[in-house]
Amino acid sequence: MADQTLDAKGLNCPLPILKAKKALTAMPAGATLEILATDPGAVKDFAAFSRTTGHELVEQSVDGNVYRFVLKRKA
Amino acid sequence: MTDSSGTKSMSIIVTKGSLDWAYPPFILSTTAAAMGLNVTLFFTFYGLSLLLKDLDLKMTPLGNPAMKMPMMGGHMGMPNFASMIPGVDAGATVMMQNMMKKKGVASIPELRALALESEVRMIACQMTMDLFEYTLDDMIPGIELGGAATYIEVATQSEINLFI
Repeated sequence: MADQTLDAKGLNCPLPILKAKKALTAMPAGATLEILATDPGAVKDFAAFSRTTGHELVEQSVDGNVYRFVLKRKA
Repeated sequence: MTDSSGTKSMSIIVTKGSLDWAYPPFILSTTAAAMGLNVTLFFTFYGLSLLLKDLDLKMTPLGNPAMKMPMMGGHMGMPNFASMIPGVDAGATVMMQNMMKKKGVASIPELRALALESEVRMIACQMTMDLFEYTLDDMIPGIELGGAATYIEVATQSEINLFI
């Protein structure tokens, strides 16, 4: 279970990324944020966001049209 | 500039102020800021209208053969003469706004507020402010004035420099 969940379903680029960043900023290092999104572009974008920022993408899955990502806030 | 903390920078020259062209600078600047970059936007000519307190963004299909809206299961463009008919541009603007709302695309006021919140630096071109007779009172708080040299200094220190 992630420490916090962000429901970004129905939101389009770049809102899922912007809201995830906002949520991560308010979290302690090492905490995990689960993001649920329906934007198919989010798959590539969260991978790029993770590589660039250093917040690790620890889990990724898809259930129907809902994409799920878990990011771990970097230290 | 990659500073001592390893932070990279991006600058964008923003020259267009219609509803459609307002998106690229605000989407890229908010995303870059979220990815840890220092971002500067330099607003000049029609881009200045994106800094006005009262945003009144419009768009026109005039002279834009690539603008084809999803309609009746297909995509429809509009001949140039249609823009001469009163209400057509306003209709196209409302149609675009509705489409964006339906698809979960952020509004420009929302993105602009997010950009300010994430400390995107916004510089209004002094020369075009004078040219179009705008004052700082017309603009949202938190912006600064600058000229070409101000922009060039920022650009020499940025890894990414875009013109939109």
